[in-house]
Amino acid sequence: MTIFDKNVNRRRLLQGGVAVTAGLAAPNFFIKGAWAEEFRNNPGSAKSVKFGFNVPQTGAYADEGADELRAYQLAVKHINGEGDGGLLKTMTPLSLKGNGILGKKLEYVTGDTQTKSDAARASAKRMIEKDGVIMFSGGSSSGVAVAVQSLAQEMGVIFMCGLTHSNDTTGKDKKRYGFRHFFNAYMSGAALGPVLKENMGTDRRAYHLTADYTWGWTQEESIKNTTEALGWTTVKAVRTPLGAGDFSQYITPVLNSGADVLILNHYGKDMVNSLTQAVQFGLRDKMVNGKKFEIIVPLYSRLMAQGAGENVKGILGTTNWHWSLRDAGSQTFVKSFGQEYGFPPSQAAHTCYVQALLYANACEQAGTFYPPEVIKTLEGFEFDGMGNGKTLYRAEDHQCFKDVLVVRGKENPTNQFDLLEVVKEVPRADVTYDAKIFGGELGPYKVPL
Amino acid sequence: MDAVILQALNGLDKGGAYALIALGLTLIFGTLGVVNFAHGALFMLGAFCAVTMQKLLTLSRQIEDTSVTFFKAYKEVPYLKIWFGDTGLLLIDYSVPLAVLLTIPVMLLIGLIMERGLIQYFYKRSHAEQILVTFGLAIVVQEIIKAVFGANPIPTPAPNVVAGSADIGTWLGLGPTLVYPWWRLIYLAFSAAIIAGVFAFLRFTTFGMVVRAGMQDRETVGLLGIDVQRRFTIVFGLAAVVAGLAGMMYTPILPPDYHMGMEFLVLSFVVVVVGGMGSLEGAVLAGFLLGILQSFASMNEVKSIIPGIDQIIVYLVAVVVLQVRPRGLLGRRGVMEG
Amino acid sequence: MSAATIDSPGNQKAVAPSANDGGSSRADHIKFLIFALAVLTMPIWLSPIGAAYPDLVQKFAIFGILAIGFNILFGLTGYLSFGHAAFLGVGSYAAVWSFKLLTMNIVPAILFGVLAGGVFALLIGYVSLRRTGIYFSILTLAFAQMSYNLAYSVLTPITNGETGLQLALHDPRILDGPAGAGLPSTNLFGMLTVGYTGFYVCAVMLILAYYLAMRIRRSPFGMALRAIKSNQNRMNYTGFNTRPYTLAAFVISGMYAGLAGSLMAVVDPLAGAERMQWTASGEVVLMTILGGSGTLLGPVLGAGIIKYFENIFSAFNDQVLGRIFDFLPEGLQEAAVVLFSPFVGEGWHLTLGVVFMLIVIFLPGGVMEGVARIKARFDRSRSDTAR
Repeated sequence: MTIFDKNVNRRRLLQGGVAVTAGLAAPNFFIKGAWAEEFRNNPGSAKSVKFGFNVPQTGAYADEGADELRAYQLAVKHINGEGDGGLLKTMTPLSLKGNGILGKKLEYVTGDTQTKSDAARASAKRMIEKDGVIMFSGGSSSGVAVAVQSLAQEMGVIFMCGLTHSNDTTGKDKKRYGFRHFFNAYMSGAALGPVLKENMGTDRRAYHLTADYTWGWTQEESIKNTTEALGWTTVKAVRTPLGAGDFSQYITPVLNSGADVLILNHYGKDMVNSLTQAVQFGLRDKMVNGKKFEIIVPLYSRLMAQGAGENVKGILGTTNWHWSLRDAGSQTFVKSFGQEYGFPPSQAAHTCYVQALLYANACEQAGTFYPPEVIKTLEGFEFDGMGNGKTLYRAEDHQCFKDVLVVRGKENPTNQFDLLEVVKEVPRADVTYDAKIFGGELGPYKVPL
Repeated sequence: MDAVILQALNGLDKGGAYALIALGLTLIFGTLGVVNFAHGALFMLGAFCAVTMQKLLTLSRQIEDTSVTFFKAYKEVPYLKIWFGDTGLLLIDYSVPLAVLLTIPVMLLIGLIMERGLIQYFYKRSHAEQILVTFGLAIVVQEIIKAVFGANPIPTPAPNVVAGSADIGTWLGLGPTLVYPWWRLIYLAFSAAIIAGVFAFLRFTTFGMVVRAGMQDRETVGLLGIDVQRRFTIVFGLAAVVAGLAGMMYTPILPPDYHMGMEFLVLSFVVVVVGGMGSLEGAVLAGFLLGILQSFASMNEVKSIIPGIDQIIVYLVAVVVLQVRPRGLLGRRGVMEG
Repeated sequence: MSAATIDSPGNQKAVAPSANDGGSSRADHIKFLIFALAVLTMPIWLSPIGAAYPDLVQKFAIFGILAIGFNILFGLTGYLSFGHAAFLGVGSYAAVWSFKLLTMNIVPAILFGVLAGGVFALLIGYVSLRRTGIYFSILTLAFAQMSYNLAYSVLTPITNGETGLQLALHDPRILDGPAGAGLPSTNLFGMLTVGYTGFYVCAVMLILAYYLAMRIRRSPFGMALRAIKSNQNRMNYTGFNTRPYTLAAFVISGMYAGLAGSLMAVVDPLAGAERMQWTASGEVVLMTILGGSGTLLGPVLGAGIIKYFENIFSAFNDQVLGRIFDFLPEGLQEAAVVLFSPFVGEGWHLTLGVVFMLIVIFLPGGVMEGVARIKARFDRSRSDTAR
């Protein structure tokens, strides 16, 4: 792995890159002949290829978007053989050589989704039509992911989803050109089940507050299914407007409803506000039906935990990944990211980094950028060493299956990033489900230009 | 019964915030004739005064956490704790209320600078241009805050003493099930006090008398040889302070982020219009009215009859009120009707 | 403070004479031809500033239509609608439903979009126009926000909420017959309307929209609208019933928005609730004022400027900046990148805010006033040399 030697200077590396490119050009020519078809943004004989990173840079998720962008930049470095190599050192099986992709240097362009479907699609179109990206990735909400994924299918450019948690992304709205590494609401429910049983028993009465849009609904449904299977009763499920700000009018009815668990199906700012206010109304210290009242936040992120401050202490939820994991892949990634930026990566950063690497690796393995071949390589691809243990990109729905983390807000943090503690790593087998349950259709491999 | 009282309290609380912002908007509009789209930004700046105070008080010595090797992780020990022990921690605990010391002068200054530096050149310009320039200003202010503090909400808890709930059921003889958070009660009392203060100031001081007269007929007051302009500048500063205090005190309820002003902006314009342009009493009345209606519309009993009513109630009320009362609840003829 | 108006007529005069009122109908037609030519050649002359790619030129044309329509209401009558995005959204939904249920041909989609925008505007206008000034503005805002909030949540069966209404493989499309393996594309009697073809559809619509707006200004109807703007009370006192005129202007402008909405669906068959949010309505207002309200061309320019910022400035990152300042020596290049990076990429909002402020402070009539000033200076210097 001398290529990852930090002392290799950039100029020498570039020269090396050119040499490799020249070496690879000949076989590439023949490979291209095998799939003579043209495809959108075919890099052809160009010396470089471009990725598009489409993340929220303005609006409520701007900080999360900034973290995703950091991860992508790091991924580009590592794919090009700069920096310490990151997960290229631990990923198996690995086709990437640290010299770009198929000998072409990797470049990138960025864009702002504003967390709006229209803006995200406009930004993605700019990347595809103007900048000529071969793949694009990113995002911080399911609405955007689904909207952009369908654009990917129309344009025939692969989209590697960033943070999106709705079942729909790889269920009802799955697409041949869209891939999701992040987990989903169903997996959150499945992972939480046993932990909830262990911590709160089987006789509980749950009250849901649910963000009134598609993601909120799928999460409510998934969690309900799990808890009702445990024997819990659902007292009530109340829909709250997106961005309500003050949730007091939804929280006070919980006080005397006879419920002893409050489940907050909120994300981002809504979650920060509703949790802060629920705690303010004394829900965390309440005793109901002779049991301690509990609050559950099924989907957690570190940024949300930061925003809610002290209020997250002791509160259960799930995450896709956490920087405190001790496996080699996670440790390597935290090290690369931490040394580059001075703080640990968020789960959004992790999933985006891994997605960029997985796509690049698939191209290298397929020996081409031709999307149908890259898609076929990713479908059913099983890999390890990138955190979350052995992971499968399931062919039927383009969803990754891997271990899911159940976490709890930490009572006594030892440092400023130590906000969540991992309660349980729920094994992949326990969160796997039948691809048919959500319906949907992937669509064709080949897309007319 | 409990549920109704609780929802009324929730509504009054929200209404308090709406009323305070609307009051400032109306003051500025009534005196200067300026439509201030940056008023939400002033609310947000007030909230960030609380954040700044908290950051100042929690300036910390960083003790490195050696168990983490890949990046610099540390446990923060505030200097106040190191120097004063428990007294220091108590000070930190009170950072939101203590932020009053920062909010009043800072917001007054911001208000005065804004009026002298920008707004005064827009008295004679069309309202559309006032909207554009103040909207531009709001974006600029917002982006500066984002650059400094990030986009994520920042937790700003209330002091520990008032973190719990008040047993109002027992006070009212309704049994122990009726409790309400102390801080929300404080916010309610606080907004009532500020509103009363503003009204008293306008009614019982000479300064206020001149301002009120100026709101009625600026030219005549000017002809009497009174420097209306200088007073109006101070009124702008005052309105900024009111908005800032409203934002500062709201932080334990709503962890502040850079965008919170925009979210309150539209709502507060609806409040002002429902109350009637130029009417201070109307602004306050409409603020509380919309707050309470919003709370009641969110009750499950109501939502089961009309699904989604809590999504639109504020706007629906605005439409209905303006059909029944063309100039809002207490508006005067001819103001902003052209 | 009496009888304040949303847009004082006195100020309007500063721009109007040179830019519009002066000149014959023949001058108008010459301007129109230049405009049409400029629109159709956008993909060529926008290329040096990096804006010549299908999606962005489509957006220029579509938002140009929206702003022209908005200006028929605001610029001519002075009524400031703060809920115009609702008509845009309704137009999009109608068009996508037409794609889903009837056919992928864009003609019915556009017709339904315009119709839906018009009907919705009629309903909202009928109620809102009973009030004037800011009361009118807030009424339109209220209706738009209600539409947005409901479309995002309880109306999801119709609007598909957060995700937006999209085409699906199993849509009936009764006029088209069974679809192939993938999603069908929008077309104009078989000619696919994506990419630059889509742009030319939008461009032709923009040119028609401009022409119609020009004719409306010149017509007796347009004169009546302008009279309403300068003094509605006086009009009413003379026994002139202004309501039908304002309502007609409102509906026309709603139909323009519906057209814009349906075109958004034509070039990209998706309709999202966010299109109806107040920020989207505010954007139209800003476009119009920025470009110069009351002028024909101003709103189109304003729309272009805002969309350019949104799509191009937001995409600059340090890498791109570094490339731009490549010509500078190394130290200076880094300094320039550091200096400019807060204003681009994630800071593009900041630049937009600064631009709003600068333009409105120094050019009260928007960009068009700037153009008029330059023209005036040019004319003066030319007559000086002639003498």
